[in-house]
Amino acid sequence: MRLFLPLLVTFLCGILMILHFFVPHRPISTLGDGLTEWYMIVASAAIFLGSANLIQVHVHRISTKARNWQYSPVVLGGFAAMMVAGLVWGLEENRPFDYMFQNMVVPMGATMFSLLAFFVASAAFRAFRASNWRATLLLTSAFIVMLGRVPLGGLIWKRIPEISEWMMQVPNMAGQRAVMIGAALGVVSTSLRMIFGIERSYLGGTD
Amino acid sequence: MNWEVIGIWLGAVLTLMLYSFLYRDNPFYKFAEHLFVGMSAAYWVIYSIYNVLKPNFWDELTGAGDGTPDYLMIIPGVFGLFMLARLIPRIAGLSRLALAMIVGTGAGLSLVSTLQTNCLSQIEGTIVPLTGSGTMGFINNLIIVVGVVCGLVYFFFSKPHDGITGKAAGAGITVLMVAFGASFGYTVMARVSLLIGQAQFLLFDWLPTMGINL
Repeated sequence: MRLFLPLLVTFLCGILMILHFFVPHRPISTLGDGLTEWYMIVASAAIFLGSANLIQVHVHRISTKARNWQYSPVVLGGFAAMMVAGLVWGLEENRPFDYMFQNMVVPMGATMFSLLAFFVASAAFRAFRASNWRATLLLTSAFIVMLGRVPLGGLIWKRIPEISEWMMQVPNMAGQRAVMIGAALGVVSTSLRMIFGIERSYLGGTD
Repeated sequence: MNWEVIGIWLGAVLTLMLYSFLYRDNPFYKFAEHLFVGMSAAYWVIYSIYNVLKPNFWDELTGAGDGTPDYLMIIPGVFGLFMLARLIPRIAGLSRLALAMIVGTGAGLSLVSTLQTNCLSQIEGTIVPLTGSGTMGFINNLIIVVGVVCGLVYFFFSKPHDGITGKAAGAGITVLMVAFGASFGYTVMARVSLLIGQAQFLLFDWLPTMGINL
């Protein structure tokens, strides 16, 4: 019974959104548009929940002096500084929030992602082995695409950038399309399972 | 006080702190990492307040936009509070209702949009004429058609992969291997371009603030 109401809500919302696509007339269109707007509002509450959880976890780490607890005040301090800057001065350009975002969050985000270049390269060095012809094919296509995207590739042979582009446009597109179509069918079946209450693990149980 | 120079120094010091991880895990990296987590979380909270909650919820509810309060907005407000109920163990069960609304609406939305964009549009793009575009066009279109079909056969597990199905699945793996290799190369290059961007920031923005011009 404790799952009946949530499952009913899931069913009604899901069916309404599907009907909204196929029936562009009132009252379905009005209800569908309204629900889409409500969805964004409730989803933003999830961001608040995540942030509250982050604070809870780090306060707990400080109070119990858990491992590396010394860094938790840094999380809380960064969070508080950004919140105060945003709430007091707003999002406009050249205000403290924008200043901190442009000069701290953006460089840190770019650095974090650029660090992945090293990790990916080192993981590839360990994992890529030309153990069979298909693995060799994977290795070769990765190498050609990388080489085609730097000036050195064109200097070695002027056709390398063209081959790299062809690999992206033809065999890569064929493979990506197969993956995309397969994944889309998976999304459709999972969505239907959720709407009809067969898949209910997101509610935290099966009873 | 020159705020622009201070901003460049903040960015450069934090960048170097994060890159110090390339040597080994150290307190400087941990400091910058934790700061990034805290500031990013706050960024998304503030972003959703100003770009979602204020215009779509508060202004509608109070009638700040067109002067007519929309009291129906109380419903998503209550669902939003239900979501936060998860923080209080005694009433945490209420959050299931909010979760159910998000999952149901999300499932309904993604079912239709994914089917349209990632399935039907991709099939439509694959059904291409094999003739009429020259020898190279013929070969390219053939690779795309055969590659997609064989790739899908490889993902079809309801029939054993033997005989013709096995051969098609084998061709599918080959196409997928080339595609994964190309995607991997592309991703690595995207990360490398970010690395180059950060190196340029340090060399051409930060070093000149100390009078070092390259």
